[in-house]
Amino acid sequence: MRLRHIFSETGAGLRQNLTMTLAVVMTMWVSLSLFGAGLLANQQVDLMKGRWYDKIEISIFLCTPDVQGDNCDPGQDATDAQKQVIQQTLLSNPEVAGDGVYFETKQMAYDEFQRAYAGSPIRDSLTVDQMQESFRVKLKNPEEYEGVVSSVQGLRGVQKVQDLRQYLDPFFNALNFIQWGTIVASGLLLIAAALQIGNTIRLAAFARRREIGIMRLVGASNLYITLPFLFEAVFSALVGAALACGTLAAGVYFVVMQKAEPAIRSIPWIGWSQTGLAMLGVAVVGLVLAVVPTLVTTRKYLRV
Amino acid sequence: MIRFESVSKTYDGQRRAALDRVNVDIDKGEFVFLVGASGSGKSTFLRLILREQRATRGKVFVAGRDLGKLHSWKIPAMRRQIGTVFQDFRLLPNKTVTDNVAFALQVIGKPPATIKRVVPEVLELVGLDGKGGRLPEELSGGEQQRVAIARAFVNRPMILIADEPTGNLDPATSIGIMKLLDRINRADTTVLMATHDSTIVDQMRKRVIELDDGEVVRDQSRGVYGYQ
Repeated sequence: MRLRHIFSETGAGLRQNLTMTLAVVMTMWVSLSLFGAGLLANQQVDLMKGRWYDKIEISIFLCTPDVQGDNCDPGQDATDAQKQVIQQTLLSNPEVAGDGVYFETKQMAYDEFQRAYAGSPIRDSLTVDQMQESFRVKLKNPEEYEGVVSSVQGLRGVQKVQDLRQYLDPFFNALNFIQWGTIVASGLLLIAAALQIGNTIRLAAFARRREIGIMRLVGASNLYITLPFLFEAVFSALVGAALACGTLAAGVYFVVMQKAEPAIRSIPWIGWSQTGLAMLGVAVVGLVLAVVPTLVTTRKYLRV
Repeated sequence: MIRFESVSKTYDGQRRAALDRVNVDIDKGEFVFLVGASGSGKSTFLRLILREQRATRGKVFVAGRDLGKLHSWKIPAMRRQIGTVFQDFRLLPNKTVTDNVAFALQVIGKPPATIKRVVPEVLELVGLDGKGGRLPEELSGGEQQRVAIARAFVNRPMILIADEPTGNLDPATSIGIMKLLDRINRADTTVLMATHDSTIVDQMRKRVIELDDGEVVRDQSRGVYGYQ
């Protein structure tokens, strides 16, 4: 019976401030959608990093008479003794995966070259002897490549150390930028939404100052006076969050699942589980955004 | 019921005390007029009892409780023992007479069955039976003040505070309101009324406490208004 009266007060408040309520719902909708999109982008980048980093290997190319570097004996292939030292160095490095060292001979490199350029005139431009021998190394943690690279870089017989990360990093930097850009932009919008909720509650408290004055006078508890305002804010936040969740679901379905995934199959795409996680984040942030400014505002304006 | 022990109140940013070492003791069931010029400290006196303000020095007791030591979350429960009536009635304009009175019970969580039973009783007591469905604007000033009194009294408080309850009413209507307050007082409710209405004070011959510049200058049982 107590709750019924509180709910009727909440309903009256929502109707009284219909336009403000709509404004709050729309702000919440847009900012939470953007925030959710940020969360989705985050997870997409993580998925792609996980997939690609797994495939990343360090290639250590050895000297040939044609391809020379600072550590090469002039006009010569890397010697067996030099290869031995390089292999030992790699195997003893704790960052290298258990059976992560693989030696590619000139013949294997040639075969790979033939396969990669099948049907192209370049195919016949090189001979087996012109190919480069190399060690291919897989790491336990692809992020920790610097130690391995520097440990072999100075060894005799090493012509060049190539790490694919240096090609992927600019790409991931761009993705990170987008990812954080979305989150910062949505953060600003969320702050705006929180301030707007605070202001709405202040207006609502002002519109009901007569009622509130009488409630205080006859001894209504603070909780009882605060609850309708809290419910009002939570209601707006929940509607905003629900709309944002719908927007995210539609975005994932129509943009990712229908368009992006069939077009680019080589990379992993986020699915419903990641979307669910983003929705959860949106709901929690939406609730916090409603409750915190309301409590702060009511404490200030409804003091006993 | 209400005891002021050497109470002083100075508002922030003011040098002069609104109340200065006030000692007052009001027993259960008393009827007391609080008189004095504007700015003499009457409103501060009432606000301290309602714990809308805290005493700067000294102690205020209401129903045996030291308001200075009362936790803020206990204030609402304390206020339920005090009914309050104002010069400007303070009714909710979009609620009917019945709803205005019921509102005071709803917001302290009384069950609907109780509200349904108690509200007509109290409307009859204040002489408004049959007018429960009206809106405040359809009532005369005297009737509106009766609604306010009904709202203040519906929870059967131990103390009724009235701040200039007849200030907006003509003399004839005022007499009716005073009769009503007297009736409530006879039901063992302590009534404390701040007023400028010398005719009423002189006619009623109740205890009179006079404030001047924040000090009690007179405390007289069966007193008169006594100053111009």
